Amino acid sequence: MINNDLKQIGYTRGDKVFPKFRVKDLDLFYGNFQALKSVDMDMEANEITALIGPSGCGKSTFLKTLNRMNDIVPGCRVSGSVLLDGTDVYGGMDVNLLRKRVGMVFQKPNPFPSSVYDNIAYGPKTHGVRKKSELDDIVESSLRQAAIWDELKDRLKKSALGLSGGQQQRLCIARALAVRPDVLLMDEPTSALDPISTGKIEELAQELKKEYTIVIVTHNMQQAARISDKTGFFLLGELIEFGATDEVFDSPRDKRTEDYITGRFG
Amino acid sequence: MRSATAVIKQKFTPPPSCDLKGRPFVNKPSLRKKLAEYKRHPFSLVMLALVILSALITAAIVLWIVIHVIIQGAPNLKASLFELEYDSENLSLMPAFFNTLIIAGMALIIAVPIGVAAAVFLTEYTSSTNKFVAVVRMAAETLAGIPSIVYGIFGMILFVEMLFKGFSLIAGILTMAIMILPLVMRTTEEALRAVPDTFREGSFALGAGKLRTIFRVVLPSAMPGIIAGVILAFGRVVGETAALIYTSGTVKAVPDSLLGSGETLAIHMYTLSSEGLHVNEAWATAIVLILLVLVINGAAEFVSNKFRKKY
Amino acid sequence: MKIVFAAMAAVFILCIVVICAFIFARSVPAIGEIGLFEFLFSTEWTPNNTPASYGIGTMIVGTCFVTAGALVIGVPIGLLMAAFMARYCPAPLYKVMKPMTNILAGIPSIVYGYFGMMVVAPIIRDNFGGTGYSILTASIVLGIMILPTVISVSESALRALPGTYYEGALALGATHERAVFMTEFPAARSGILTSVVLGLGRVVGETMAVVMIVGNSTALPDSLLDGVRTMTSHIVLELGYATDLHRGALIATAAVLFVFILFINLLIAAIRGKGRAK
Repeated sequence: MINNDLKQIGYTRGDKVFPKFRVKDLDLFYGNFQALKSVDMDMEANEITALIGPSGCGKSTFLKTLNRMNDIVPGCRVSGSVLLDGTDVYGGMDVNLLRKRVGMVFQKPNPFPSSVYDNIAYGPKTHGVRKKSELDDIVESSLRQAAIWDELKDRLKKSALGLSGGQQQRLCIARALAVRPDVLLMDEPTSALDPISTGKIEELAQELKKEYTIVIVTHNMQQAARISDKTGFFLLGELIEFGATDEVFDSPRDKRTEDYITGRFG
Repeated sequence: MRSATAVIKQKFTPPPSCDLKGRPFVNKPSLRKKLAEYKRHPFSLVMLALVILSALITAAIVLWIVIHVIIQGAPNLKASLFELEYDSENLSLMPAFFNTLIIAGMALIIAVPIGVAAAVFLTEYTSSTNKFVAVVRMAAETLAGIPSIVYGIFGMILFVEMLFKGFSLIAGILTMAIMILPLVMRTTEEALRAVPDTFREGSFALGAGKLRTIFRVVLPSAMPGIIAGVILAFGRVVGETAALIYTSGTVKAVPDSLLGSGETLAIHMYTLSSEGLHVNEAWATAIVLILLVLVINGAAEFVSNKFRKKY
Repeated sequence: MKIVFAAMAAVFILCIVVICAFIFARSVPAIGEIGLFEFLFSTEWTPNNTPASYGIGTMIVGTCFVTAGALVIGVPIGLLMAAFMARYCPAPLYKVMKPMTNILAGIPSIVYGYFGMMVVAPIIRDNFGGTGYSILTASIVLGIMILPTVISVSESALRALPGTYYEGALALGATHERAVFMTEFPAARSGILTSVVLGLGRVVGETMAVVMIVGNSTALPDSLLDGVRTMTSHIVLELGYATDLHRGALIATAAVLFVFILFINLLIAAIRGKGRAK
């Protein structure tokens, strides 16, 4: 109960109240190219934050700084700070535990070439769950949460590569949920899917935000408008505008945001 | 004014330790942090240690063999080893060297046209679902897997016993030709597949026929890859022993005709070493043999790298 | 012209058919005379006795021992090294390591044999006793010889994987090692298995290096320090002077070897087919 309250109002440390994620003055370089310029952003718990902008604007790059997936890009350098519940993820935090807390779903569904069951069990096994019964429970609950249990319960031992694109993507969401994260990052999760699968994933995101903080990068402005609580608009590495989704879409403060939203470029 | 700062900003390369505002980069953990992280993941630490260990072992083995061969062989690379005629005094390797060139060269002359033509057939004329193609491929793969001693026995039965009545260069040449066929075909096939289809389409669009396209466009573009394969096949023959002992024989001289017997460099080394009397000369021959194969393989790699850069 | 190209392709089939025909034509009568069961399973090889006995059971056992030993030594190092080359090695170091493994691949087998005879065998003799010409010596040298095959084929199998598996594993909180060994290795299993089977084929067929270091005793071995005879070394050793049935028995040994290799090729084809089906 107390935990729930904390989730509602954010994490407190001393007398300060922190949002789930607080990004402060974040710069990022790929070699000499500056891909993010002084980005400040707060992402609240139990909300969906959407990141929009034209291709190459830095929104995916920004998303990947939150779970440090950019670390594996050669020549990528980050300065500034990203606070998760008040703790700097670029400080002393174990990067593997960070990624356990901050799950990620990729643009193209990327199930491992193994069975449905093994895909889901991979994360828990990585983090030390060995007992078969416990794994069984996790697999079932994760698939249920991802609203795909009914479709897959009879083919847990079948290869995950045999599923349709939409099923694969929901499997990947279930896989991310299986390690019990706080936050779910989604990098254009529906761009490779058909409209029906897209609808299912959007519905799922709405459902999941009750328990998780969700940050979603999307190419599709209607999608951002439909499902998100906050929206951030990126352009050439800068966060041009960030605020409640209705406001950003209905009465953008910046001319560039308006141009993008009304489809004048992008 | 504004554009000037933009230019400056673009030209400014952030130093490796801090960004434009002088703040440190934070995403590359220090060695110490990495080690601390590995401590928390014992499995990863063990695997990392094993990976590094195996890399060290591999490097050590290579250095061990190469350095040992050089130390033992280099002082024995005397001028007498390279005299034109072999006798029991100089133990010259030159006759064996020339025999090697003859056998490898002639084997290539036979194998290359067949291997290249077969590769052209497989890539340019047929679809991969064709039954005949499947059989050819299977035959090529089986040929590639046959141990050299089995080639040696086959060559001995057919060429030595039945056709030429005795060990001879020609028996060795024919055996080697069959042995390198699959290698020539495979490398040629890879080279042909690497030629973009646009080249072929471009040629067809100009009204060229299939044959003209193959000979004027496809084969020339694939030439470096084919040559690399040919060089590799050459190296294969140079290193071969088991298939040649009972086909071309162990005579230490260049024969008058292809019907005479003559040993290659690798067999020369075998006979030197198995007699046990000429340890030093055997090491020296080993150096020559390794150098030869490495130069050949290096040449093949050089050619195929050039090829890769082209596309 | 197409027919000419097709004819050249048919040469490959012709070669296989002719090789099979000649080898089996000589082996079948010999085996018939000896008896198939006797030939394969008898451990008596005494061609000079009367009556002579031609059993290659010991040689088959020898080949199996040496092959197993070489795989035990070569495969773990090779696979770890493949992981190193594909997923650990920084680019400048790779420029040094790649040529090194190429050198390993390029050294002719006769040189490996000589090195084993002059360097490895004495080390084994001095440290473990025996003559030094033993299963252990042959396993070490052959283990080294298959390294380049295992490394390069497994390395390209790892490199051929899409980066998404690695990323996916990392995003779940896996360490680099876990991602490589628990995700990418299973994903690349068909290529990795192929590398092992190719190495196996190379060991079974290797002749000159083995004959110089394996001891060539026709008795069954009691320990890893005993010498054995492999099928290949057996053929090379005696073919030079064998006549009549003795010669036929040696050719039949080659036929057995040939069947072994055919079986290994089928195995590779099966692995590839399965890999493709995924």
